[in-house]
Amino acid sequence: MDFIKKITRRSFIKKAIFTLVSLELIYVLTNLLKKGNEAKAPENLFNAGEVDLFENGQVYPFSTERFYLSRLKDGGFLALSTKCTHLGCTIQFKTKEDKFQCPCHASAFNKHGDVLAPPAIRALDLFPVSIVDNKVLVDTANPVKRNKYDRSQITYA
Amino acid sequence: MDQPGTSKAITKFLLHLHPPRINAQAIKYTRTFGLGGIAALLFVLLFITGMLLRFIYVPSEKGAYDSIIYLQEQVLFGELLRNMHYWSGMLLVIVSFLHVIRVFYSQSIYFERRKNWIYGLVLMFLVIMSNFTGYLLPWDQLAYWAVTIMTNMLSYIPVIGETLASLVRGGTEVNEGTLLRFYHFHTGLLPLLMVFVMSIHFWLVRKAKGVTVADASKKEMVKTNPELVYKEIVVALGLILLLIVFSMAVDAPLLDKANPLVSPNPSKAPWYFMGFQELLLHMHPGFGIFIVPVLVTAFLVYIPFIKDTNVNTGVWFNSAVGKKITIWSAIYAIVFTMLIIVGTEYVLNFQQWMQDLPVLITTGLLPIVIYVAPTYGFLLLIKNKLKAGKIEMIMALVTILLTGYLVMTFVGSLLRGEGMHLFA
Repeated sequence: MDFIKKITRRSFIKKAIFTLVSLELIYVLTNLLKKGNEAKAPENLFNAGEVDLFENGQVYPFSTERFYLSRLKDGGFLALSTKCTHLGCTIQFKTKEDKFQCPCHASAFNKHGDVLAPPAIRALDLFPVSIVDNKVLVDTANPVKRNKYDRSQITYA
Repeated sequence: MDQPGTSKAITKFLLHLHPPRINAQAIKYTRTFGLGGIAALLFVLLFITGMLLRFIYVPSEKGAYDSIIYLQEQVLFGELLRNMHYWSGMLLVIVSFLHVIRVFYSQSIYFERRKNWIYGLVLMFLVIMSNFTGYLLPWDQLAYWAVTIMTNMLSYIPVIGETLASLVRGGTEVNEGTLLRFYHFHTGLLPLLMVFVMSIHFWLVRKAKGVTVADASKKEMVKTNPELVYKEIVVALGLILLLIVFSMAVDAPLLDKANPLVSPNPSKAPWYFMGFQELLLHMHPGFGIFIVPVLVTAFLVYIPFIKDTNVNTGVWFNSAVGKKITIWSAIYAIVFTMLIIVGTEYVLNFQQWMQDLPVLITTGLLPIVIYVAPTYGFLLLIKNKLKAGKIEMIMALVTILLTGYLVMTFVGSLLRGEGMHLFA
């Protein structure tokens, strides 16, 4: 424990002050940069349209709202974020191949948002879907992270 | 200039930068290739061109791209100005990198130069950060997606990644806040920091009695002014001329205005980060972005503090053995890295073969083992074959790391096309 012996009262106080001042500066700077980074945005419900507009087994793009509305074969709804979970590029739906593909690194996802091809390792983020008065409402402010698709994520009419 | 007064003033000013007399070996061009000086000159050029660009540039989502277009089309010599800033910035990254390599291989980082090696690495980091923050400013598709990719890479750092990424971006995605933030880093904080660290860097060079020389026993001294100063002037003027001619001939890239709804295919990080992006294609992000870079940086910082080494300060590659080892390590790294890249593209696919295992093992540990095990074998082999000492082995390892990164950068930026497929 050689290095402990080297610490004197004087050097200890000096180091303590330096550490405190540095921590203070880091704290202030982080808080400065955090601006505009609120924990949870208020709900922003986007009205996608009437339930009957969407056919089973089809995918509908809402590119300005950054999501794809996927209506599954059994009539359930999933709102999938267009943001690739690998490095954040914007995915596109390929109708021919029936899958989502990322133009940046060729990750692919199925209609549930599950990974079909790496390098992505996580399923596409979801936006909460609610159905009120036969209208599909998507909360575009609060994407939900998930690792894999499971049935509880589906919203039924 | 003829007046003795002016001349004296110049000589006196130079004494702040250089000693009055200097070892004749130290000013041979091939000793340093003038890389440190060129980097400093590029910094000054970037400062001047950057100051001028600030008169036109508007750091906002709406104004940024249009102000660049205005600069290029309406302002007299506007395009030349932007090109010069752009190419100087790119050249600065290359020159700084070469400078790091030069001091490392000529054994100029040990003993009294230890501290300066650390400051040099800090400067290298600041140079890359400056270039990266400047990359976003044109607000075109190239800039937008390169920065999106890069900041998303950060989010893979365990525990603090997500927070760090949104701290850098100022939100969940790249937006106007990010632009403003990068603008302030690029034109304010980073240059200021660099001036401080550069001052320390220069001062420590003088404190270590100048650059290293191959044979310290030869003590023939020459006058700094004019012997060194003239060489510096020739190199500086040559560089400026070259930059101007190059900037007149080759335009800095500018794609369409940034559009968050459409990613171009392929989207790539800035070229000096392409090594990382390439690594990410083969490896779990936790490893590629965090574990590997942290280990490599720690190793680089630690090098001059390794004990019981047989350092020949100032001698290129330390010895004849060191030279051989460096060449063999470079060849090994080129061949082996290429093999791994092509192999993982077409043959190896652990994730599909072993779907039950967690991804951390299949895409994290396994690729590391596949790279490290043969490399370890290779290092043992050359150690025994060439009877290398500790310092030569460090050189071999650094050579493999650097060459590996260069190969990945090369493959990532030049051999990958649409969908990031090889040879597409």
